[in-house]
Amino acid sequence: MIRFDHVSKQYKNTNRPALNDIDLTVEQGDFVFLVGSSGSGKSSLLRLLQREEIPTSGTVSVDGIDIGKLANRKVPAFRRTMGIVFQDFRLLPNRTVFDNVAFGMEVIGQSRSEIQQRVPEVLELVGLEEKEKRLPTELSGGEQQRVALARAFVNQPRLLLADEPTGNLDPSTSVGIMKLLDRINRTGTTILMATHDVAIVDQMRKRIVQLDAGRIVRDQERGIYGHTGF
Amino acid sequence: MRTSFLAREVSGGLRRNFTMTLALIVSVAVSLTLFGTALLMRSQVDRMKGYWYDRIEVSVFLCGPNSLAYTCTGAVTDSQRAAIKAELVSLKPTVQHIYYESTTEAFKRFKEQFKGSSILSQVGPDALPESFRVKLDDPKNFDKIASSLKSMQGVESIQDQRKLLERFFQILKGLQTFALAVAVAMLFVTVLLVMNTVRVAAFARRRETSIMRAVGASNASIRLPFIMEAVTAAVFGAALASASLIAFKYFVIDLRLAPKWTVIAWVTWQEVLVIVPWLFAVGIVTAVLASGVTLRRYLKG
Repeated sequence: MIRFDHVSKQYKNTNRPALNDIDLTVEQGDFVFLVGSSGSGKSSLLRLLQREEIPTSGTVSVDGIDIGKLANRKVPAFRRTMGIVFQDFRLLPNRTVFDNVAFGMEVIGQSRSEIQQRVPEVLELVGLEEKEKRLPTELSGGEQQRVALARAFVNQPRLLLADEPTGNLDPSTSVGIMKLLDRINRTGTTILMATHDVAIVDQMRKRIVQLDAGRIVRDQERGIYGHTGF
Repeated sequence: MRTSFLAREVSGGLRRNFTMTLALIVSVAVSLTLFGTALLMRSQVDRMKGYWYDRIEVSVFLCGPNSLAYTCTGAVTDSQRAAIKAELVSLKPTVQHIYYESTTEAFKRFKEQFKGSSILSQVGPDALPESFRVKLDDPKNFDKIASSLKSMQGVESIQDQRKLLERFFQILKGLQTFALAVAVAMLFVTVLLVMNTVRVAAFARRRETSIMRAVGASNASIRLPFIMEAVTAAVFGAALASASLIAFKYFVIDLRLAPKWTVIAWVTWQEVLVIVPWLFAVGIVTAVLASGVTLRRYLKG
């Protein structure tokens, strides 16, 4: 589903590439942890996949389409095929839980009746059906991340990108989020998750792609984090 | 994007940014009012020109008993008067109509024009000179007939009414240019204000826009709420400007000026109303362009 073919990315005014000759294949339905220290290139890799950035060399393709060559006007449609979750949740503070999730559908022009039907379903999936009228500030961090997950998943994307989704959460809350991601993964959604969270990676026993200074130093099925002593 | 969603985004954005929106509306209103005023002045000048150039005449004043001009030796004689008339007739078709006004007729007209004025008591029936009032095919041909008449015996002076009017129109034209210049300056200020307002709004809502981009909203639908906010403010501004022009036409021109200055042809309602769509067009185009350019710079695609 995802192919990185000799991908390098060098940002302007830097002398070291953020990604250096990356080769990576991810199949539909995979669950992949991207691990590595800060600045190892995890976020750059995710940004290339969102087409926030274009590779300096090499090709990134999703479903056979070279997204570096995608016309600007086709980028929004491309992004609709994926859900994105951030470390800082990125909820709209002045909208209720329901409206935050509905926002993901509203901006792409879904009808009111579809929204009314789909949002409660997704909120139930993340376990927040009781709290749809609350504002984000009235929720715990874990609940806020659940709302963000609901928003990312509401349009039923085939690919979900998560950039340190448990980075701001305590360990027990993180476990809940991971269970949810696992459930979403089992519906067939591919998940790429960048993380520092050793406990979670070790517990999940999923594929691990480890980056260091822009290179892939490990790609292991059912791996654990501590393998190389990070 | 559905319209109800857009409408909520726009009204929410305007309310959150209320003071800036207000400044924007006032600025648009002032610049468009000035712009409208300049357009209105142009119609007014055109109308007056059309009205007066049609009636413009050259007055050939004939010598009276006390005239001092070198072509005068006492009052004009019958033969001199006949010679002048013959000369005028020979100047056809430059000269189109010739109308003789005697001293008594001139006095009668004068009395009418200055009805109720104290100047009447100081002017006797013989004080006004007799004259030929000549209508030309084109007011610009004044010099042609002036050169052939000015040295004739019995002609005291030749007066070109166009010269008097031209002066007046120059003043109006100056005012009109001034209003237009101020309007352009204000429009420039408005453009900067739109840009700044949109920039602030885009910054205040960078969270929304980043989420919108992440979930795959099109560039158009991300930018549309901002553009519509600017356009809404511009529409309010244009409405205020139109209202003030209409109020000026009704309260100032129709109720105050027109009854007093009946000799002037005032701008009609049609001419005022034709300006209104222009005000809206200029306001909306300005808002769209200024906000579009700003968003291109501050919201990356």
